[in-house]
Amino acid sequence: MSLLELRKLNKHFGGLHVTNAVDLTLEAGEIHCLIGPNGAGKSTLFRLILGEHHPGSGDILFAGENITRMKSFARIHRGLSVKFQVPGVFKGLSVRQNLEIALQSRHGGVELEMEIDRLLAFLGLESEQAQTAGNLSHGQKQWLEIGMAISLKPRLLLLDEPTAGMSPEETHLTGEMVQRLNADGMTVLAIEHDMAFVRQVAHRVTVLHLGQVFAQGSIDQIVADERVAAIYLGQAHA
Amino acid sequence: MTGFMSLFRRLEGPQTVGRGPAFWSLFALVLAVALAYPQFSDGYTVGNTVYFFVWVFIALSLCLIWGYGGSLSFGQTAFFGIAGYGYGILTINFGSAYGFTLIALVAAVAIAALFAVLLGYFMFFGRIAGVFLGIVTLAVTLMLERFMAQTAGPEWRIGSARLNGFNGMSAMPPLTIPWPGEPIVLFADVGLYYLVLGLLVFVYLGLRILMNSSFGNVIVAIRENPERAEMLGYDVRKYQLITFVIGAALAGLSGVLYTAWGQYITPSSMGMTAAALPLIWVAVGGRSDLTSTVVGTLVVLAGFQALTIYGSQYALVFMGVLLVLTVLIAPNGLVLGVMNWLGRLTARFTRKAP
Ligand SMILES: Nc1ncnc2c1ncn2[C@@H]1O[C@H](COP(=O)(O)OP(=O)(O)OP(=O)(O)O)[C@@H](O)[C@H]1O
Ligand SMILES: [Mg+2]
Repeated sequence: MSLLELRKLNKHFGGLHVTNAVDLTLEAGEIHCLIGPNGAGKSTLFRLILGEHHPGSGDILFAGENITRMKSFARIHRGLSVKFQVPGVFKGLSVRQNLEIALQSRHGGVELEMEIDRLLAFLGLESEQAQTAGNLSHGQKQWLEIGMAISLKPRLLLLDEPTAGMSPEETHLTGEMVQRLNADGMTVLAIEHDMAFVRQVAHRVTVLHLGQVFAQGSIDQIVADERVAAIYLGQAHA
Repeated sequence: MTGFMSLFRRLEGPQTVGRGPAFWSLFALVLAVALAYPQFSDGYTVGNTVYFFVWVFIALSLCLIWGYGGSLSFGQTAFFGIAGYGYGILTINFGSAYGFTLIALVAAVAIAALFAVLLGYFMFFGRIAGVFLGIVTLAVTLMLERFMAQTAGPEWRIGSARLNGFNGMSAMPPLTIPWPGEPIVLFADVGLYYLVLGLLVFVYLGLRILMNSSFGNVIVAIRENPERAEMLGYDVRKYQLITFVIGAALAGLSGVLYTAWGQYITPSSMGMTAAALPLIWVAVGGRSDLTSTVVGTLVVLAGFQALTIYGSQYALVFMGVLLVLTVLIAPNGLVLGVMNWLGRLTARFTRKAP
């Protein structure tokens, strides 16, 4: 069964046609990567899926249910979760409190404390737990936000450039983490510019260009596609 | 029983300054002094202290909405006025027998809260935020002041209560506790003092528990990053509305106690100056902490009163200067700055001790 289905999604910002009749289907259990040049409309597509923006026309189906007009928090309750492009942590609060806020609706009491400890260990942020989140390095903020996103145990995890600013080693570790979550049953849709990461994790790849689905297939098919190379990959490798 | 214990544990937490035996010993000491103090003072001075205490509730309401919730509201004085007038209208009409003044207190606070539900629903569900929230609440406050100021004519009456325009309402009964034999009338001295002190301790501890609970976590999360809070599945508008209504009830409590204390209320209690002063107390104290807000409010109020002896215009100018100094020196509040410094000092001291 398909977990997420976007049907002819259109979004305009004034005269700018940011997403143009986007059709996209995600199968439950897959890791799907969304790539495309800057300004292609990738992040906007995420905001449409999450209900932060509303499409001019088109439908969004999640697990068979039409969620196009649903409020954001209700979509989260249905099983969506996101890590944004610009890390959105609670800057003035401690790392531990950030995770507590993410976990507290699912756990309480001693169990909550144990879950926080477990997640801190998983993220490698144990020694930073008392620090103010705003003082973390960019990479650590990314990890913290990923931690908050996965703590909701979503059915579909949306990751907007999860490895931006990470070293190749950290990027590889993030890839392994995504694969582990996926092995536990989480479907993942990731926006990434880092082709090594895409090659490491993606089952399928969709290329977005000027708000339209430009190409779709396995990573090898995409890399072999000369049209894609012309608009994107060539530029990325240049 | 375990639920009760977990409430106790919430008295301390990341959202409130002050923890451990040292803090609570100090708290007990201050409370003991506050309880004993009327025995060593005269009725006038005690009544004046009650006047200071009365304002702490509106300060706490601003601390909650602005300091913790991140929404700057100028509407607290509106709720103050609505509840104050509400108490006046109810008690002038129905008197003080059978404990009715206490019912009027609760009813007037409820009216203010209900008004906040309507206004808050319009604002938060209409996604009015930031500066616009300040503008809307200020407009509502000033509109209410203007409205009440023009109610001088005899046609402006509710039952037997004349609204009296700019001169305001007066001669409503003080809070009265029914008692076999003779009811206890809480005039603005020792009697009212203990009631207000009790309410203050109750509200202060209650807010500590609330802010260190999962609800409080969500409130500060919304202040830090509303988008992220929503993306963790929290209905941000609902939490903002609840906070706003609790805040309105506290501001309303201030209004009722003020009206019962002085047995009068005027439209100027909803004016520009009245709206600005609580902001100054809370900002100078430390808006993001309950204890700092209480201490800051009492200190600034006492200082303000001492200065008015030399003329109230100078006192107001001084308040402005104080605010500017706070913003420059300790943007999170002077009292909070001092308390954090003391906290670090004791931490270092206790670490060295063994
Ligand atoms: N809120 C907005 N209002 C107006 N224009 C917007 C808004 N958000 C995005 N845009 C524009 O829409 C286009 C697509 O933006 P989007 O952020 O979706 O691109 P992207 O594919 O995520 O790019 P990048 O790889 O740089 O993150 C850009 O031209 C951007 O300037
Ligand atoms: Mg983007």
